[in-house]
Amino acid sequence: MGSYISRRIALSIPLLAVISFLTFLLVNLSPLDPAEVVLQAQGVPMITDELLTQTKQELGLDRPFLIRYWHWALSCLQLDFGHSYVTGQPVWSQLGPAFLHTFKLTIVSAACMIFFSIVLGVICAWREGKLLDRSVRGISFFLTAIPSYWLGAMLVWLVAVKLDWLPTSGMESYRSYILPVMVLTISYASIYFRFVRSAMISNLNADYVLYARACGLPEKKVTVHLLRNSLQVAISVFCMAIPVLLGSTVVVENIFAWPGLGSLTVNAILSRDFPMIQAYVLVLAAAFVVFNALADVLQAAMNPKLRKDL
Amino acid sequence: MHLLEVQHLHVTDRHTGSVLLRDSSFHVKQGSCLAIVGESGSGKSVTCKSIMRLHKAWIRQTGEIWFKGEELSALPERQMRKKRGKQLAMILQHGMRAFDPTCVIGVQIGETLKEHYGWSRAEIEANMSLAMMSVRLNNPVELMNKYPHQLSGGMLQRVMIALAFVLEPDLIIADEPTTALDTIAQFEVVEQLIALRERMNGAMILVSHDLGIVRRLADDIIVMKDGEIVERGSANVIFSAAQHAYTQRLVEANRALNGHFERLKGGGLGLVEH
Repeated sequence: MGSYISRRIALSIPLLAVISFLTFLLVNLSPLDPAEVVLQAQGVPMITDELLTQTKQELGLDRPFLIRYWHWALSCLQLDFGHSYVTGQPVWSQLGPAFLHTFKLTIVSAACMIFFSIVLGVICAWREGKLLDRSVRGISFFLTAIPSYWLGAMLVWLVAVKLDWLPTSGMESYRSYILPVMVLTISYASIYFRFVRSAMISNLNADYVLYARACGLPEKKVTVHLLRNSLQVAISVFCMAIPVLLGSTVVVENIFAWPGLGSLTVNAILSRDFPMIQAYVLVLAAAFVVFNALADVLQAAMNPKLRKDL
Repeated sequence: MHLLEVQHLHVTDRHTGSVLLRDSSFHVKQGSCLAIVGESGSGKSVTCKSIMRLHKAWIRQTGEIWFKGEELSALPERQMRKKRGKQLAMILQHGMRAFDPTCVIGVQIGETLKEHYGWSRAEIEANMSLAMMSVRLNNPVELMNKYPHQLSGGMLQRVMIALAFVLEPDLIIADEPTTALDTIAQFEVVEQLIALRERMNGAMILVSHDLGIVRRLADDIIVMKDGEIVERGSANVIFSAAQHAYTQRLVEANRALNGHFERLKGGGLGLVEH
């Protein structure tokens, strides 16, 4: 198992290198001149050619592309993503705390989402085709169709404004988590519980379940075997849900004024703050790579057959 | 009284409304082997699952199943569960799929033995080792620490037989125990099934469409087609003087296959003659 983990990590490193290069390339392909963006952000009234050349030199933009990439990649390894074009501050001083806030929200939401997905998936699989299964699936279909901004707004109106039970926005205490976590859990659990359900159902028909029952094992023990096998499929889906959540909290963050990645990035995109966008894309891509590796390792831990490959 | 007496067993699928088994009655004598023969989908496996009461929720079975003077269909699930494995043991077709792929096979074996005997780890290991040695599985402790995919289908089949050795059931239900195996593994499994019967002096239901194996093991035969028993009788009678056209065809096809096989064994000449 140890060698599997080290091999899997080794595989992630070239992947990260390729991702960082593509990120840098894509942002550089933008037709906008970064020097112009900087000067506009500084509020310079007259942008002359002289000024542009000077700014380019200051930013090091006159150097060849590959050299710029090399310097950028090296400093990224030390969490130095350059300075924001707009505020002039180091990118990480803004991105770091925002990432942490979003990460907290994501982890709590993911935990809730995974819990409800497993519980609902298992219940529906046991009651396959019965009224309970059909109604849970029907309601979840309805909930998936509701856009999260509408759901968020309705919850704010009902729970925070009308009933005045919870804060409408911000992140002062654990109570601030409840509403945004609810919105994210509802949106995602109603999709992801289906993975658990279908995995459970296909495993219910497996021969090992029949044999375990034919051996007289109690249903409790049979269920443990069933869960072990079914969650194996679900685990990779769940692991990948975490970076997906990280990247898609924009709407929820805006509704609940959550000082996270979402709002920061939207602002960065609107003001064409290239270093910030680059850093955001890189951090998120790295999250995908890390959680993908984690999913593989967890799956291999549960399934001995997978350990041999790779 | 017979060990197992099945009366008017009728099985329907409530989802599709189709009848899987139509008014089926048969019995298994103490210490004898009943073979259920027929093509796939004829209701052989359905019959086995009905006796074990292991159907899905939407499969409905009616009729009476008398086992050692008890009506199995009327038993509460808890008591039925205690009978599974201990008194009614099943051996499945695909050894490869019969064990949880995420655990070493010792886990499932241990859970079963603990359930029925309440044994400690050491007791399980000692008893299981003996049984596994007797079905010619050497290094039993090592084998029990292997995952199903690391063993062959024939070995896993013999593990199931070894488990049956330890559980000493009154009735063994072997659902196509050799179908998924190659010839050599088939031979070994059949030998062990015969040994199992001799040692337990128990009864057996053998489901198979391999008449060669049926001929070696069975005392009585029932032939099924489309969920109905079309012919029944002692093995000798069925093999020599089958009444039903379907059975005649089965026996004939088997004879032709065997003849072909014998000719092949006799050397290359058989092929030239064709």
